Amino acid sequence: MPHGEVNRRTAWAGLVSGSAFAVCLAISSQTLAADDADTAGERLFAQCKTCHEVGEGARHKIGPHLDGIIGRLAGSLDDFKYSAAMRQAGENGLVWDRDALDTYLEKPRDFIRGNRMSYRGMSDPEDRSVLIEWLAATSVSQPGDPIESDDGAVSGPARSFADIVLALEGDPDYGEYLAGECVTCHQASGHADGIPSIVGLPKEYFVTALFEYKTNVRRNEVMKLRVVNLANEEIAALAAYFSGLEPQ
Amino acid sequence: MTYMNRRQFGLLVGAASATLTMPAYLRAQEKPKVVVIGGGAGGATAARYIAKDSEGAIDVTLIDDSEQFTTCFFSNLYIGGYRDFGSITHSYDKLQSDYGITKVTGMAVSVDRDARLVKMADGSTIPYDRLVVSPGIDLIWDSVEGYSEEASQIAPHAWKAGRQTQLLKEKLDSISNGQQIVMVAPPNPYRCPPGPYERASMMAHLLKTKGVDAKIIILDPKDKFSKQGLFEEGWETHYPGMIEWYGPTVHGGIESVDVSTGAVETGIDTFRGDLLNIIPAQKAGKIAAEAGLTDDSGYCPIDAASMRSAQDENVFVIGDASIAGAMPKSGFSANSQAKVAAMNIRGDLIGSKVFPAKYSNTCWSLIETDDGVKVGAQYAPQDGAIASTSSFISQTGEDAATRKATYEESIGWYAGITADMFG
Repeated sequence: MPHGEVNRRTAWAGLVSGSAFAVCLAISSQTLAADDADTAGERLFAQCKTCHEVGEGARHKIGPHLDGIIGRLAGSLDDFKYSAAMRQAGENGLVWDRDALDTYLEKPRDFIRGNRMSYRGMSDPEDRSVLIEWLAATSVSQPGDPIESDDGAVSGPARSFADIVLALEGDPDYGEYLAGECVTCHQASGHADGIPSIVGLPKEYFVTALFEYKTNVRRNEVMKLRVVNLANEEIAALAAYFSGLEPQ
Repeated sequence: MTYMNRRQFGLLVGAASATLTMPAYLRAQEKPKVVVIGGGAGGATAARYIAKDSEGAIDVTLIDDSEQFTTCFFSNLYIGGYRDFGSITHSYDKLQSDYGITKVTGMAVSVDRDARLVKMADGSTIPYDRLVVSPGIDLIWDSVEGYSEEASQIAPHAWKAGRQTQLLKEKLDSISNGQQIVMVAPPNPYRCPPGPYERASMMAHLLKTKGVDAKIIILDPKDKFSKQGLFEEGWETHYPGMIEWYGPTVHGGIESVDVSTGAVETGIDTFRGDLLNIIPAQKAGKIAAEAGLTDDSGYCPIDAASMRSAQDENVFVIGDASIAGAMPKSGFSANSQAKVAAMNIRGDLIGSKVFPAKYSNTCWSLIETDDGVKVGAQYAPQDGAIASTSSFISQTGEDAATRKATYEESIGWYAGITADMFG
């Protein structure tokens, strides 16, 4: 389907720039206390390596290989059989940037309900940060080769879900209908009595915030529930609608 | 992606109704008429959305027998002393002045569905092209032997907000040391699943705040109840020894009540209360049955994709009176269903785009000051019924900041939904 392909292409385009980013960070992390970070990262990865490989020649085991994970679209490796939940997360636009990986690793089962990774979670934010940087530094390959499009056009850069959605043109009419679900709590007038106003929010802020609820960067169960099943087009439509409203 | 299909679907429906349905009304040079029976979370929302989104192209009449509407949601907070009665009572003025809705204060007693006429208690009739039936619940008085409408003046149910709510509050205010309150909880399905247990919490809060040493017994015909773990944890934390809940395996069945002596007979024992709060079994509001829209369950079957009555394509049933699959009977659900019905009605009458139905619900409950909990779900039509697609519930053991934020969120929701209903 045309829309799906466009999304995927934009996402893959993001992987190119995302991986360049990863390389830069890898270099900078080597300049200071590189050995310590390497050792600590490798030690932390010991918990993962029953199921995952990373680095030169990494293959899938029980879990997919993690080489080039930073910037990879979730559930996107063609030759690995993902859970439906993980595939869905990718289809919804989840890209494994550092923030997303961080919240996922904290509590994998909460982040993507129904995913198959049998890991309780890493509670220490410092450990997660070390592990994520180690994964970035240890990867030899880039997240994936971008899919060649028929017309050769690769738009971007898209580093995140928000970028992918912002590249879509939202339908404000559809947004208005979908907004019925929002205005039960977020008043259409722009008044706020305990729940913030969302009237007139800039598209970029709106989309980024929804993504952050989707990925537990912002934590609110009610918001997560409303957002988790929204397709990219629906978020774009809502952003188009609310950004066009004036507070009364 | 799915949206492409949805949009195509919407466009097709829109195009079809634009070419087929709309001209019939336009030729007549008369606005299509929608009549809404019931001015609560379902009816007021439906009336407002149809009027607002049709921008005057549809004539909307809202029938309710009250001049003002007292919300059942948050009425427990009034009982607990957190809200005054005025703050849960709302006027229909803006719906009339800002949205051009005609408010008829009176009782709809029957519907002639062939002639598409609503008959009022005063003998007048109101014609419609589409009818929204949102009457809420009626109580099945004799579901608790010995209980009746008259008995509710002594032992209030307070399950329809208004005078009954005030009566319960007055009686609660007069409870003194050593006295006992007995609540009889309703069987499923009923309005506001966590309601009885939030109410017990609010009663306990009020008594505790006043330093009154009294007990609350809940006699429940159900084996388990909504948010049970959360309530039981909260009761133990905030009200140790004050609230006792007995399911049927303990009380052996609720047999009868005598409101003059305050006795509730069960299979095993007699419970005595200085205040009885009897919440009987429920069914769709009477007008739904009078209009022939109910089935054997006492509620109204609907089309899950539109909230259209299974009995009549010109009629929509929303809120507590409908059989809405996995959705609980709540103000939030009714408000959500109203928007789906309103969209379909505009599609029917003026050819507006019809998008696929989406439903949602969240129920917040207050256990004690700043200790709020919530449960919620998203719903969509699946195999002809409204099914839950994802859900969440507050966790036991949550920190105080989370619970406070949840309570504050509920305050925001109340302001939001009442603005969404009444403008």
